Amino acid sequence: MKRELVKYLLLVAAAVSMPYFFSDGYMMNVLVFVGINTMLAVALNLLLGFAGQISLGHAGFFGLGAYISGVLTATHQVNPWLAMLIAAIAVSFLAFLIGFPILKLKGHYLAMATLGLGIIIYIVFNEAVDITGGPSGLSGIPNLALGSLVFDNDVKNYCLVWTFTIVTILLAVNLAHSRIGRALRAIHDSEVAARVMGVNVRLLKVQIFALSAFISAVAGSLYAHVMTFAAPASFGFHFSVELVTMVIIGGLGSIYGSLFGATLLTLLPELLRTFQDYDIIIYGLILILVTMFMPGGLVQGIPSLLGALLPKKKEGRG
Amino acid sequence: MNLSDQLIQFLLSGFATGSIYALIGLGFSIIYNATGIINFAQGEFVMLGGMVTVFFLTSLHIPLPAAILGAVAITTFVGLLFERLAIRPIRKATPINLVIITIGGSILIRGLAMLIWGKDTHAIPGFSGEEPIMIGNASLLPQHLWIFGMTTLAIIASKVFFNYTISGKAMRACAFNPRAASLIGIDVKRMVLFSFVISSAMGSVAGFIIAPLTMTSYDVGIMLGLKGFCAAIIGGMSSGLGTVLGGIILGVLESLGAGLISSGYKDAVAFIILLLILFIRPQGIFKRAESERV
Amino acid sequence: MLAIQGITQVFGGLTALDDVTFTINRNDITGVIGPNGAGKTTLFNIISGIYTPTTGTISLDGRNITKFPPERLAAFGMVRTFQNIELFGQMTVLENVMVGLHTKSRCGIISCAFKMPWHLHEERRIRETAHTWLRFCGIDELADTTAANLPFGKGRLLEIARALALEPQIIFMDEPAAGLNSRETMGLADLIRKIRDRGITVVLVEHDMELVMDVCDRILVLNLGKKLAEGTPREIQENPAVIAAYLGEG
Repeated sequence: MKRELVKYLLLVAAAVSMPYFFSDGYMMNVLVFVGINTMLAVALNLLLGFAGQISLGHAGFFGLGAYISGVLTATHQVNPWLAMLIAAIAVSFLAFLIGFPILKLKGHYLAMATLGLGIIIYIVFNEAVDITGGPSGLSGIPNLALGSLVFDNDVKNYCLVWTFTIVTILLAVNLAHSRIGRALRAIHDSEVAARVMGVNVRLLKVQIFALSAFISAVAGSLYAHVMTFAAPASFGFHFSVELVTMVIIGGLGSIYGSLFGATLLTLLPELLRTFQDYDIIIYGLILILVTMFMPGGLVQGIPSLLGALLPKKKEGRG
Repeated sequence: MNLSDQLIQFLLSGFATGSIYALIGLGFSIIYNATGIINFAQGEFVMLGGMVTVFFLTSLHIPLPAAILGAVAITTFVGLLFERLAIRPIRKATPINLVIITIGGSILIRGLAMLIWGKDTHAIPGFSGEEPIMIGNASLLPQHLWIFGMTTLAIIASKVFFNYTISGKAMRACAFNPRAASLIGIDVKRMVLFSFVISSAMGSVAGFIIAPLTMTSYDVGIMLGLKGFCAAIIGGMSSGLGTVLGGIILGVLESLGAGLISSGYKDAVAFIILLLILFIRPQGIFKRAESERV
Repeated sequence: MLAIQGITQVFGGLTALDDVTFTINRNDITGVIGPNGAGKTTLFNIISGIYTPTTGTISLDGRNITKFPPERLAAFGMVRTFQNIELFGQMTVLENVMVGLHTKSRCGIISCAFKMPWHLHEERRIRETAHTWLRFCGIDELADTTAANLPFGKGRLLEIARALALEPQIIFMDEPAAGLNSRETMGLADLIRKIRDRGITVVLVEHDMELVMDVCDRILVLNLGKKLAEGTPREIQENPAVIAAYLGEG
């Protein structure tokens, strides 16, 4: 428990100090997206890493959060904070309802079904032109504001997004170390034994699905208000796969791993400017190699790989 | 055109695209039956079938029949490579790991295709010209006939393979019970490899015969793959008639949906059907629920 | 307390259990024995809600529980262990038992995520109770070991500790002595008696005749899916049909 506290305080300290290191807007802007992607990766990890249920449709929940918040504020002049709340509740409610039939499916079927769900949502973003603005997007979404403090530049947005990110991480870590987190990991290890222990597996999976959708929708809403714009292209199948990649890189079931995975995958395309669209090839390779050779993710995998490669000194013969 | 002519037109074109979905769906179910894997990279084999044909035709100026043969050969080789490099070596094969690996494979193949051929959309000329054939007031392209012909041929070939050849029977045995199959001396690993080879070949056939109708580009694999999967699901993942019917049902519904409701939501039709089938009848619409021994 | 009435289970064309009827008395140690393929494990899977029988009913104190899923049975105090132990491998020994206390705790997602004071209180209580059960089974010193790293015998004990944490009325043990050495088996016999002394009804499927004859008050013999005999260990040992069934197998 102490170690968790230390890790968390280190994270908070790092997050608070970032604006002092990077005074230029560009890096702050990138870090805003690191924060949003971290929230999404943590949300997905609760489902994928803890409950062991895959979702290839999380970009859809993210997008719904963005669009509901965007449409309410830009078209209907609802208060942005209220819109965020409405978006999160609506999306998690939708996830809760669809969770019952969808989480009855297992493995490959679940993957296909969530993928189908994500694509249906994506098609609606594109086709419901009257509401969403269609493929060209929805603009004029207002910034969030606290009284006279309007979150309208990179540093302010950084503070806003990372407040949410850090709270999300705290809540996820707390959850992981509670009876709910234990029950989820139990489902992952042996579903039948978890049921015999009285864990209502079906309900719990659905609840986590809804929670995961809730966090994703909040992230979507933040995204919409930070960007003041939302277009379908950001919420497609490709982004769902990117989210899964973040979780896999960071290690299934590791909250801080998801932070690492999200950071790496958000920074990578920025650092490798020359790659442009070709980062997709790298994601493919990462997914295959990490799953094949480092089932615990890079955080665990690299040290153990080094350990295996370096000669062991203490073990002599005889 | 009055409504009934329109309906016939929708049915005809639905039948044609449905045949394609059936071919792709068969690829899914062959691998699924041999391995229990749903190969998310199946759509990429379809894309390769079309793109490699385009490449041979336009860049190397090879005549169409040779280009097609080349495309099938290369796609099949990619399928073989994929099985050997990514599927066979995996040690802890939980379903989630397999899903992630095949997704990784699919975006890798897609990314490489984009790297090699760029993002442009390409067309292949129709195999027998573009002159429509009129049936009453509905028109049919010669390419449609090619599609029907090739699909029928592929289905008959797979039927013959599975029912009358030793390898085909061995693969069916593996699908039924891999352990028992290996006990009687069937090389299960080779059968898994076989299933990838056959599926990728079948996918590439679907890819090159549809390319003249719908154009092709590096990213057509996602949608075509998913719709093929939908066909297979409707057919209960059978590697026979069920999936073929599933594909045709899907193609016709999609075409009717596009024509009568809205073309924008055409793609959504397949996924709504997919979800409904998965929720209500995951064993497909032709099969009776089997009592499964847990 | 538990009445099993005319249970039949058919898999495909195969009848695994054929019209089995018997009752389990409160606070008895009941053994279910029979040659391989007699349907013992199937019977367990039915009673513990993993299968639903083709026909027949199971009732607990007069309540029909035939169709209850395992998680609901847990709430009624019915719990089981598994033949090939089903531990939560990635979790520590202590955490395994804490999952066993799932039904003994109430906090939902929100109070867990926000670490509400009552959640912290509950968490402390769960932890202490879990240690109590580990001590009861004699494996408290392994509390922080990852379950997957346990030796087989200790894994068995952990499964029992985890099941006991539910404070069940009945515990069903599926071949608890399989894979144990003779010293561990003796320890197990003592543990089973200790469990009964806490007022818990014990039912075990077991191949180890010595253990069964030693600890059981009543024995049910199954053969080829049918009930062959029922009675005290002495009656069973002298039952000619039972002897024939076992000799026929050997």
